[in-house]
Amino acid sequence: MITLIDFLIVAAVLFGISIAGIIINRKNMIVLLMCIELMLLAVNINFIAFSYFMNDIAGQVFVFFILTVAAAEAAIGLAILVVLFRESGTINVEELNALKG
Amino acid sequence: MINAAIGVVIAPLVGCLLAGLLGKQIGRRGAHCATILGVAIAFFLSCQIFYALVWQGAPTVDHILYIWSLSGDIAFQIGFWIDNLTALMMLVVTFVSLMVHIYTIGYMHEDPGYQRFFSYISLFTFAMLMLVMANNFLQLFFGWEAVGVVSYLLIGFWFKKESAIFANFKAFLVNRVGDFGFLLGIAVIFRYFGTLDYAGVFALAPEFAQGNHMISIIPGQSWSVLSVICILLFIGAMGKSAQMPLHVWLPDSMEGPTPISALIHAATMVTAGVFMVARMSPLFEYTEAARSMVLCVGAATALFMGLLGIVQNDIKRVVAYSTLSQLGYMVAALGASAYAAGIFHLMTHAFFKALLFLAAGSVIIGMHHEQDMRQMGNLKKYMPITYITCLIGAIALTGIPPFAGFYSKDMIIEAVKAATHLPGAEFAYFAVLASVFVTSLYTFRLIFLVFHTKERMDVHTREHLHESPMVVWLPLVLLAIPSAVIGWIAIEPLLFANPGYFQHAIFVLPEHNVLAELSPHFQSPWAMATHAVSTAPFWLAIGGLLVAWWCYVVQPGIPGFVSSKFGLLYRILENKYGFDDFNQTVFAKGSRFLGNYLWQWGDVKFIDGLLVNGSARAVGVWSRVMRVMQSGYLYHYAFAMILGLLVFTSWLLWS
Repeated sequence: MITLIDFLIVAAVLFGISIAGIIINRKNMIVLLMCIELMLLAVNINFIAFSYFMNDIAGQVFVFFILTVAAAEAAIGLAILVVLFRESGTINVEELNALKG
Repeated sequence: MINAAIGVVIAPLVGCLLAGLLGKQIGRRGAHCATILGVAIAFFLSCQIFYALVWQGAPTVDHILYIWSLSGDIAFQIGFWIDNLTALMMLVVTFVSLMVHIYTIGYMHEDPGYQRFFSYISLFTFAMLMLVMANNFLQLFFGWEAVGVVSYLLIGFWFKKESAIFANFKAFLVNRVGDFGFLLGIAVIFRYFGTLDYAGVFALAPEFAQGNHMISIIPGQSWSVLSVICILLFIGAMGKSAQMPLHVWLPDSMEGPTPISALIHAATMVTAGVFMVARMSPLFEYTEAARSMVLCVGAATALFMGLLGIVQNDIKRVVAYSTLSQLGYMVAALGASAYAAGIFHLMTHAFFKALLFLAAGSVIIGMHHEQDMRQMGNLKKYMPITYITCLIGAIALTGIPPFAGFYSKDMIIEAVKAATHLPGAEFAYFAVLASVFVTSLYTFRLIFLVFHTKERMDVHTREHLHESPMVVWLPLVLLAIPSAVIGWIAIEPLLFANPGYFQHAIFVLPEHNVLAELSPHFQSPWAMATHAVSTAPFWLAIGGLLVAWWCYVVQPGIPGFVSSKFGLLYRILENKYGFDDFNQTVFAKGSRFLGNYLWQWGDVKFIDGLLVNGSARAVGVWSRVMRVMQSGYLYHYAFAMILGLLVFTSWLLWS
């Protein structure tokens, strides 16, 4: 029998991997975007698990919303990425420090 | 009468404004005509008021003209208090002012600041009249400060002259010390009496003296309120009337033009303090401490400042020290409760001292602005009118009967002698008596050095020596007449008549009414003059004359011999007892040191260094730390967010 804890552990592991991906990754912007997607999926797993074990369908409805928004966000993110590449000629995270004050 | 009083004040003010603001348009002639007309109107209206009060027996006027400002329940008024004392002062002020105005036409006729000068002296006349006619302390203070300002402006009239700037600044600062005391005195009056009107304060004074009110300034020490008030007011008088140790400004004020020395620094403004104390007689009468102080300060000033006159070589400075000495006499009379004698001497002194100053000015014109007496000599041959008038002034000053100074000064000496109930009276009597000799010595030293002996000026000056023009000698003659006869005429009505001239104006407690004690001995001015031959002051004066004659005419080598023999004494006198040096080193250097210290440490180090630049530097340091965190890398920001999230969630969980 798979319990709620098991689901939550999986989700937490996925979340941790995605955070590590964001922080440790120093090379590729696309990996960064993928890590964000992964993070959303980890949250989705939490939603579904709670929805199933607490008999509340609302959580699963929310997952659809999140997936939709995530898709849109991925599209925008990739578009920005393309523009960024055209502007600076690189998607190397190490070189992108224009935020520096 | 109140209309006349308003006219007295307004006429010089209008003259001043015309000459001051429209000086360019109305020209030199217009300026002196306007101001002289203004002062002449004031003089004639003063005569009218005097006549109405003295001969027609008009009552004392206490009239409120208008309310200047309201603060809560307290109204600050502008008003007039006109009684016999005021009327006398108005007469003296406007008369001397008129003479000086006329004289100025001759003295200043080459000066580019002609209109400005006339404007100033008219303004002075206005301010002085406001002072003497005030019916409350606030207006008195207004007049007091206004004459101070005009005095400042006039001492520094030749504002391109370094020494004049120094002198007017000094006069202003020293007067500020006195004025501070004066203002404190007014504040104490206001605190305890609740009013600033003379009438109210004087009415409450006897009650106050009985109530024995005390004031505690230093914890554990308490003084009688009336004594504190009177001493503070007298400190104001010391500044204005140049009593020791606040006298230092008066000799230096001789840097101003001579008409000013005559009008402001001899005849009128410096007597404001004497007038004020006499006006406050209902307060001073109840406090022995203050009167004793007044007596001692006055007597000390009379003697020690007179001594300084002997070693001066500048003709104006000799007369200036003589003014200090005579002011000392007046103040000593006030201390002895002989207010009337003080005012009497004020009046006679105004005439003969203005005369002496104007005569000195006439000499200075003749000598082409040479003021050193060692460069003069035998001027009587060239300037006979100046010589005669100056001689009359000198005889009046030394107190040889029957000239004006004799009566007033002799009465003061007698009054001080009679005031045995006061501490310090013996010293005061000795000082005023010794001062008679000193006065005579320096006065005749001046006369002999300037008008007699050999001609010591250079050939060029001698060729141009001649009598001054009529506008200069006419005031001399007009002043010489009262200098000669006013004492004779005025002594009986002013001091000994019953009811006296100052019956309602000056209040003296019967216990120490020294003049009433003296009045049985007084028969007539003539008897007094003949009796003088057997009294000490007369022989002291004659002695001074003879010593001056011997030392400066017969044996001119003696002064040099004496000064080298008593080198230390001579140096002390030469340095004016070191008052100036003391002020320079202690007060001037001390305040500069303090200012420097506050500037270096308080301002530069603390305020600018720590507070202003320090806070800016703290922001800089902090932002340098913060900049390290702003790497610009996305993963750093993400990490910070995660860390923040962790911190907040754990806080949520465990709190």
